[in-house]
Amino acid sequence: MNLTLEIWRQESPKAKGRFETYKVQNISPDCSFLEMLDILNETLIDKIQSPINFDHDCREGICGMCSLYINGRPHGPDDDVTTCQLHMRKFKDGDTITIEPWRSKAFPVIKDLMINRNAFDQIIQAGGYISVTTGGVPDANSIPVNRNDAELAMDAAACIGCGACVAACKNASAMLFVAAKVSQFALLPQGKIEAKDRVKAMVAKMDELGFGNCTNTYACEAECPKGISVSNIARMNREYMCAKVI
Amino acid sequence: MTKLNSKIPKGNLAEKWTNYKSHQNLVNPPNKPKLDIIVVGTGLAGASAAASLGAMGFNVKIFCISDSPRRAHSIAAQGGINAAKNYPNDGDSVYRLFYDTIKGGDYRAREANVYRLAEVSSSIIDQCVAQGVPFARDYSGLLDNRSFGGAQVSRTFYARGQTGQQLLLGAYGALSHQIKTGNVKLYSRREMLDLVIVEGKARGIIARDLVTGELEKHFGHAVVVATGGYGNVYYLSTNAMNSNTSAAWQIYKRGAFFANPSYVQIHPTCIPVHGDYQSKLTLMSESLRNDGRIWVPKKKEDAEKIRNKQLKAIDIKEDDRDYFLERRYPAFGNLVPRDVASRAAKERCDAGFGVGNTGLAVYLDFASAINRLGKDVIEERYGNLFQMYEKIVDENPYENPMMIYPAVHYTMGGVWVDYELQTTIEGLFCAGEANFSDHGANRLGASALMQGLSDGYFVLPYTIQNYLSKDIKVPRMSTDLPEFNNTLNEVKERLNKLMSIKGTKSVDHFHKKLGHIMWEYVGMGRTKAGLEMAVILIRDLKKEFWSDLRIPGDINGVNTELEKATRVADFIELGELAALDALQREESCGGHFREEHQTPEGEALRNDNDFMFVGAWEYKGEDKSPELHKEELKYEAIEVKQRNYK
Ligand SMILES: Cc1cc2nc3c(=O)[nH]c(=O)nc-3n(C[C@H](O)[C@H](O)[C@H](O)COP(=O)(O)OP(=O)(O)OC[C@H]3O[C@@H](n4cnc5c(N)ncnc54)[C@H](O)[C@@H]3O)c2cc1C
Ligand code: SF4
Ligand code: FES
Repeated sequence: MNLTLEIWRQESPKAKGRFETYKVQNISPDCSFLEMLDILNETLIDKIQSPINFDHDCREGICGMCSLYINGRPHGPDDDVTTCQLHMRKFKDGDTITIEPWRSKAFPVIKDLMINRNAFDQIIQAGGYISVTTGGVPDANSIPVNRNDAELAMDAAACIGCGACVAACKNASAMLFVAAKVSQFALLPQGKIEAKDRVKAMVAKMDELGFGNCTNTYACEAECPKGISVSNIARMNREYMCAKVI
Repeated sequence: MTKLNSKIPKGNLAEKWTNYKSHQNLVNPPNKPKLDIIVVGTGLAGASAAASLGAMGFNVKIFCISDSPRRAHSIAAQGGINAAKNYPNDGDSVYRLFYDTIKGGDYRAREANVYRLAEVSSSIIDQCVAQGVPFARDYSGLLDNRSFGGAQVSRTFYARGQTGQQLLLGAYGALSHQIKTGNVKLYSRREMLDLVIVEGKARGIIARDLVTGELEKHFGHAVVVATGGYGNVYYLSTNAMNSNTSAAWQIYKRGAFFANPSYVQIHPTCIPVHGDYQSKLTLMSESLRNDGRIWVPKKKEDAEKIRNKQLKAIDIKEDDRDYFLERRYPAFGNLVPRDVASRAAKERCDAGFGVGNTGLAVYLDFASAINRLGKDVIEERYGNLFQMYEKIVDENPYENPMMIYPAVHYTMGGVWVDYELQTTIEGLFCAGEANFSDHGANRLGASALMQGLSDGYFVLPYTIQNYLSKDIKVPRMSTDLPEFNNTLNEVKERLNKLMSIKGTKSVDHFHKKLGHIMWEYVGMGRTKAGLEMAVILIRDLKKEFWSDLRIPGDINGVNTELEKATRVADFIELGELAALDALQREESCGGHFREEHQTPEGEALRNDNDFMFVGAWEYKGEDKSPELHKEELKYEAIEVKQRNYK
């Protein structure tokens, strides 16, 4: 396949960015999207030019590091995949592909397509855990969990913290990410003890960090590579209301 | 003759750890916040260690390469974590887990460490459940188990196909809690490039801020390196792209011995290589071998027709299929340990029975499990793995069998540590995959997660305390000491040297070349001649690297090519040591298979008389040969046998 790429280049957080056009040739449809960028980067290095910076690590859809906004969609045109799992067979020979970083005030660009997502860590630090310390805990089977609840908790816990939900949202809201963590613990007996403080602290942190409000457009769910359901947002809202009332 | 003291506590095997804990020295609460501990790495080992040490009141600084601690390579582990809980009541015990691990490791691991691992395994599950890790459960609400290779009991706990993710998020939660309380300070997008030693003791690190390019000096009364394995020395592996050996390698060059670098695990069930642009290999979890059956055609003609796309797997009749693991190893069947399964697949492919376009693949077939249990059950068990396979290969594994081939996956070798996980440098500890400690010459499935968390939650918090109890009078040191500045300058020089080569080839060019050499000569089947060749080729490659490397861009700011270059420079040196180690080990054991040493049936042939030792290498300086030290392995609780999975 031969393709034209329109790629966002930005030298540093404060520098002004711009799109640049590149061509790549003879790309195999079995090649992954990031491998296609590797090939482009090799040609740039050949020409002693600076390669395109993008985040990636596991390249199998689990670390949440890759984060490209491709043709107007976070993680590109395929459903239920991260950028690193996207394959070139989803494109046609001769296509022009636009590649940008996530765009959100809370995720500033570091360089080119690389962004700073520390805001997510800060939200978790605000209370996205059960505060047990090491040792002195009961035997694992002394805390039975209804199987259905355990499955729902696992569905929510599958979030990889990539931030596509924020990138997809016109308000740049982090509701889906926060709701997934809140739900996971709200569904488990171990998590119920701190449930109220947790939801209040996490929501307050999210607001403080400049994420937008949720206006229920559900773009987040549509673009989430892990299929995190917006029903988690409803659950979180209930938790939040309860926490505020009592 | 040896400088190695493994410091194994006295007493019966089953009492050693209890004895240790009862007699170790402690640091009293008011002194803990005065003691700084540096932890490098936020995988299972690093995150759990930092969270535990922070909760105890020590002042911890933790470092990782990625933007968030949650993205460490541990996140990718799929299948599960072992623990001797015996919940299924199928005869498991601490002793049996210990025994399976020693045997699985082909009698090349240290008894006392492995016993301790089996002993604390059960607490790990308790800890994780308390953190809210959503392990799989049965209808009664209790925890479910599955089986893994090398075991005849079900002792593997799992969270769908995302066990590593869930365990890491548990540890990350605990770590985040400690960051919030202020006991731990996080330094992300930082790479440790060297160790600072003051008066013979590890006292700090030099790290590069990967955003600004600035070099930083950090002090710690003790330093923990938990930076993962070195599988990427083969370029293609199942490891994450940023997994590297640099921290381990730099401490080796500062005096920490490096043990058994030739012990590398090649995992049998990975998606086969599909093109030369390929950047990594994807694992299909070992748990699939619970329900999948591995086969190739019995007839060479059939295999050839499949390769030429004239036949499909489903066209091959049952009688014409060779379920070679079930045939060769009836007792363990598809669940033989990884090294055995990998070699058997390679043997069939080398003999001309391989499938796929390249002939370097075998089938992993779920048809009989789907018939027996229904598609729903299989989907529930392995849905995300099947989806992952389909996205990569573009073929539906519910209808056609998966194609798999062995790939580099895990490194049993690593930094030598004693019973306290302390290296040969005082005050420097090493945990997780980065150390060599518990898996001998081959690791059993679902045991790396167990080891990482055991090291971090339950071992280091005790042993570091024992060490620091002698340090309570040592005040925090200034990072303006000459030791810090000198090390920083050495790092600066190294980086400048890399930048100033200004050659013509990219880092990846050299990395791929190294990978080819390693896979060809230091891979699944090794020979004396091949290994000698590897040493020569790697030395040449090193010269070429240092004279023809090109790194565009600047030393300041983000420069991913420079990052890769520092890592590949170290991989090249480690590759040579791995070849030397494989060369000296004139036997076959676990993942190390020397073609000269095999039984008439083609099984690995150990030489216990001459090689029942840990080979720990000491760095002697640039262009000098490293020195081999031997830690003799003594088996007191176990009778040493030839491994038999028949
Ligand atoms: C695909 C896959 C599946 C697996 N499945 C299983 C399984 O089912 N069960 C099982 O038991 N095991 C499994 N394993 C093995 C297991 O995941 C690893 O051995 C284990 O997670 C390693 O953990 P760790 O904490 O030692 O290191 P890692 O998780 O590799 O963490 C290393 C950390 O060190 C940091 N780091 C590295 N170098 C530096 C540096 N110089 N400076 C600063 N930071 C640095 C990294 O950023 C990272 O945070 C699997 C492995 C793979 C590849
Ligand atoms: S909710 Fe989905 S899109 Fe948002 S961070 Fe989690 S995995 Fe990514
Ligand atoms: S690189 Fe890890 S999810 Fe894409």
